[in-house]
Amino acid sequence: MTAAPPLVVADKLTKYFQLSGGRQIHAVDQVTLTVHEKEVVGLVGESGSGKSTLGKTLIGLHPRTSGTASYRGEALPQRYQPEDFRRWAKKTQMIFQDPYSSLNPRMTVGEIVGEGLKLHSTCSATEIRDRAGDWLKRVGLEPDHMSRYPHEFSGGQRQRIGIARALILEPEFVVCDEPISALDVSVQAQVVNLLDELKTSMGLTLLFIAHDLSMVRYVSDRMAVMYLGVIVEIGPASDVFFSPKHPYTEILVASNPEPDPLRERHRRSETIAGEIPSPVDVPAGCRFSGRCPRVMDVCRSVTPQLLPLADATDRQVACHLFAT
Amino acid sequence: MTTVQPQDIAAGPPLLEVDDLRVEFDTYGGSVKAVRGVSFSVAAGKTLAIVGESGCGKSVTVQTLMGLTPMPPGRITSGRARLRGVDILGRTEIGGREIRGREIGMIFQDPMTSLNPTMTIGRQIAETLEVHRGWSRKRALDRAVELLDMARIPEAAQRANQYPFEFSGGMLQRAMIAVAIACEPAILIADEPTTALDVTIQAQVLDLLSDLQRDIGTAIILITHDLGVVARMADDVVVMYAGQVAEQGSVEDVFYRSAHPYMLGLRAAMPSNSSDRRHRLLPIEGSPPDLFSPPTGCAYAARCPHAMRICSTTDPGAFSLGGGHTARCWLHGDKAPRVPQLAYAGAAPGLKA
Repeated sequence: MTAAPPLVVADKLTKYFQLSGGRQIHAVDQVTLTVHEKEVVGLVGESGSGKSTLGKTLIGLHPRTSGTASYRGEALPQRYQPEDFRRWAKKTQMIFQDPYSSLNPRMTVGEIVGEGLKLHSTCSATEIRDRAGDWLKRVGLEPDHMSRYPHEFSGGQRQRIGIARALILEPEFVVCDEPISALDVSVQAQVVNLLDELKTSMGLTLLFIAHDLSMVRYVSDRMAVMYLGVIVEIGPASDVFFSPKHPYTEILVASNPEPDPLRERHRRSETIAGEIPSPVDVPAGCRFSGRCPRVMDVCRSVTPQLLPLADATDRQVACHLFAT
Repeated sequence: MTTVQPQDIAAGPPLLEVDDLRVEFDTYGGSVKAVRGVSFSVAAGKTLAIVGESGCGKSVTVQTLMGLTPMPPGRITSGRARLRGVDILGRTEIGGREIRGREIGMIFQDPMTSLNPTMTIGRQIAETLEVHRGWSRKRALDRAVELLDMARIPEAAQRANQYPFEFSGGMLQRAMIAVAIACEPAILIADEPTTALDVTIQAQVLDLLSDLQRDIGTAIILITHDLGVVARMADDVVVMYAGQVAEQGSVEDVFYRSAHPYMLGLRAAMPSNSSDRRHRLLPIEGSPPDLFSPPTGCAYAARCPHAMRICSTTDPGAFSLGGGHTARCWLHGDKAPRVPQLAYAGAAPGLKA
C-alpha cells in the first residue's frame, strides 16, 4: 500500500462558505489527506463536521477556498470549468446519500444510468442503452427496469441505481457520501457487499463517508475522524476503532451503541456535555477544547497539528496529549 | 416530585396490554394490512422496545394506541388495548383523564416538525399543563421551566422564552421530552427519538430517558430500527416484520437466544465488533412482502434461508419457548429440522403457545 504512489492528495485543503456580513462557515479547514490507490478510507464525524464538504471539494463539486488537491500527482483545478468536469468526471465520481432526492424523478432509470455516457463518451444511443442495461444487471436489477421511473423502486434499489449511475463511466476514485444511512439494516448489507464486489472487480478507490462507526470500520482500510472541519485522528480502521487516541474519537466510539445488551448495560456512560459548536465562530486552539474531558490550558490557545504517534507512525492524532 | 403510582408498582396485570391489534388502510389500490395481529404487554416502569424495518407497522401500532392514526383511511379491524385493565382503543379519555398527553406521552422522531414554530418552547410545555390539568398560566409556565431543567437544558428560564428555531436538534428533542413528561404519563412512547441525532447527542438523550424513567417511574415504549439502541435501553423486545410480531421476549432472550430467522438475519447483516475484519456481512436478500396482499404462510418465508414447504402455505403462529419468549416460526414445530444457530425451548420443544 505504501509503495504505490498516492491516488488523491489534499494538502491544506480549505473550504469556507460565505455568509452575509463577511462571516464565514469554516466547513473544511486546512485538511491534509492522502488516499492510496485501491484503498478505502472511511470518514466519520458528526453532522456539521465537514465530511461531505471535504468529499465534494475533493472531486470539484465545490471550488476550494485555499490549499491544493492532486490526482496521481496532477494538480486539480481550484474551480472546475465545464471542460474540467468533462475530463475528471470519467475518473472521479460520487454516490449520494439520499436515494430519494438524488435521482431526477422525471428521468427514466435508463436515462439516469446512461446520462454519464451520453455526456462523456462517443457511444451511440444503442450502445448507451446496452451498457446501461448491463450495469443494471451488474448492480442486481433487471435490464427491463430501464423504462421505469425512480419512484417505482425501493430505497435499496434506488441506491443501486445511484451506484450504477456513478460507476458506468468506470471511474477510479469514488466518494460515497453516506451511501447506506437511509437504508434498513438488511438492505445496508446488500449495498455494502455490492460496493465491495465492485471495488474488487474494478479496482476502485473509495472515500467512504458515514456516521455508523461499526460499518466504517468494517468497510475501510483506514479511518479518519473529523470534528468541526478538521481531521483529529487517522489510522488503520481497526486500530482507531479499538484503541482510539483522540479524546473525541474515544467518546465517539463509546457513544456507539452495540447490539449486545450485557455489554451495553455494564458500559459506563461516557456521554459528553454540549454539542458541536457553530462552524462560523470556531473556538481558538483545539476545536474540541470546549467539550474535551481532558482539556489543558494549552488546548485553548494553540491549535494541535495532526502528527504521527511516537509508537505507531501509521497513526496520526491532532491532540496536545500526544505531543512529544 | 413523586409520581410513582401505587397501582403501577403492585404486581398484577401489566400496565398496558395490546391483544391481536389489526389495522388496515384503505387506498385506491386496495387495503394495506399494516398491522396484522400484534399482541404485547408493557410492565410499569419498564422499557419495551419495538424493533423492525421501515414499513413493518411499528409506528402504526403505537399511533393507533394513541388515537393518532387517521380514520379513515385507517381502520381498526380487530383487537383490544387495555391500560390498567380499561379499554383505550377508540377512546380519548379514561376516568376523566385524557389518554393522549396525560396517560401516554409521546416523543416523535423529528423534533423540528413536531413542535409549533410560532410558540415559545415554554408556552408549548405550559399549554399541555393548562389543557390537561387546568393549571393557571403562571403556574404552568413555572413548571415548564422546571421540566426543561429536568430535561437538562442549560439556562432553562431563558430557553423557555425562545422559539424552536433557536434550538439545536438535540436541544429540541430534550424540549419534546419535557413536553411529553409534563403530565407525568404512565407510559412514554418514543418513536425513533434519536434517529435524527448524532451518536454523542443520541447517548445524551438515551441517558436522559433512562434517568427520567428512574425518577418518575414511567414505562417507555421505544420504537427503533437500531439494535444497538435496543440493547442499551430495553428490558423487553418485540421484533416486528410485515405487520406481525416475529419474535418477542426479554432483551437477553431475543439477543442471545434468538429464535426467529429474521432476528438471526439482522444480526448477520450487521458488522460485529470482534477484531477479525473479514467476516463477510450476510445480507437478507429480497425485500419485505407487499402488505396489500400479504402471503398466506409465514411473511418471512420468501427471504428465509431455512424455509420449508409448510412455511409458504400456513402461518406458523407464535410458538412459546418459555419465559415469555415467543417466535413465529415453523422451525419450532415438532417435525422441523434443527437449525444450529436457533435457540429452542429446552424441555418442551415446539410447544405451541
